[in-house]
Amino acid sequence: MDIIISNSSNTPIYEQIKEQIKSKIISNELTTGELLPSIRVLARDLRCSVITTKNAYEELEKEGYVKTIPSKGVYVSNINKELAKEEQLKKIEKILEEAVVLAKINKINEKELKEIVSILYEER
Amino acid sequence: MKNVIEVKNLTKEYKGFKLDNISFNLPVGSIMGFIGENGAGKTTTIKSLLDIIKYEGSIKLLNKENKNEALKDIGVVLDDAFFPEILNALDINSIMKGIYSNWDSKLFFQYLIDFKIPKNKPIKNLSKGMHKKLEIAVALSHHPKLLILDEPTTGLDPVARSEIIEIFQNFVVDPDCSIFISSHITSDLEHIADYIVFINEGKIILNEKCSTLLEEYGIVKCKKEEFVNIDNKDYLKVRKYRYDYELLVKNKKEFKRKYKMELIEKISLEELMVLMLKGE
Repeated sequence: MDIIISNSSNTPIYEQIKEQIKSKIISNELTTGELLPSIRVLARDLRCSVITTKNAYEELEKEGYVKTIPSKGVYVSNINKELAKEEQLKKIEKILEEAVVLAKINKINEKELKEIVSILYEER
Repeated sequence: MKNVIEVKNLTKEYKGFKLDNISFNLPVGSIMGFIGENGAGKTTTIKSLLDIIKYEGSIKLLNKENKNEALKDIGVVLDDAFFPEILNALDINSIMKGIYSNWDSKLFFQYLIDFKIPKNKPIKNLSKGMHKKLEIAVALSHHPKLLILDEPTTGLDPVARSEIIEIFQNFVVDPDCSIFISSHITSDLEHIADYIVFINEGKIILNEKCSTLLEEYGIVKCKKEEFVNIDNKDYLKVRKYRYDYELLVKNKKEFKRKYKMELIEKISLEELMVLMLKGE
């Protein structure tokens, strides 16, 4: 499993961890029932504080992606992949909407906008 | 949650310096960074924790009424005072065996291997980084539950520092183990500390989760004419420069919403420390 944290990003570190684990669950890289590293081992390996990884797992649990079994560990929950993907799509839609509004205000046409998106997609 | 350090109303007065009624708790399983300028009271606090000096107030370690009982389970690295320089790691092992009933020679030698410390070289021939790592190996080899460290990374190069930080993170993988670490090299603490306690002139001026400081606090940079519109309740400190003002704010998101200012940046512990002390 790869998790890459940026310390200079404006996104809080716990959120970066949460989002990356979430996307691994949605993409099936992490499968239902799989045991995740403990908060302490994860903190050590990501070189961040225990509070940070604890925060990330708590959020994941709240959103139903993982389940903590006391004195055993944190496991990937059985989530509805389609539903999860849809949730992500909604998020993307929201962000893109902002871009479209901004484009229209500035008279940037659809083709130009799509071009930006494809360039960004290539770069990542 | 249980606390492994409970300090209540700790006071200690010297000529020209007073540790003034400080209180804080360290929850089990976490790392607390204790920051402040030289002379702010960090070492005095640590010496009080360890009963090296007399003090007023109460200190409870590892939830034990008897402090001597607690000290058995504490590993310590102090800024000064270590073994005579002619000794080597083998000598230290024999000495420590006599001091700690729970000293684990096997573990000590394993640390020497892990930290790449030669067994036979006298301390005086070790590099500064190796010397510190040896002290840390000593502190770890009687299976302590709590490490109390005074400036363990000061004066070391970045590689040695990162190695030492790694040792600490390995230590707290065990949820029963906790660390209290004083330092003015705040970047070392930034990533690993769960809590930050900031001491200045003998008083605690900040006690906060480290993640809150890094994620919620921020620096606002603004013009003088923008500054006059800002309510003084909405910032903690301001530093006035010739061409711009810097404001320390507690919640950058809220500030952004209220004042619609764009230039709000994340803060590092170092910037926070400087703004807290130099700002008005």
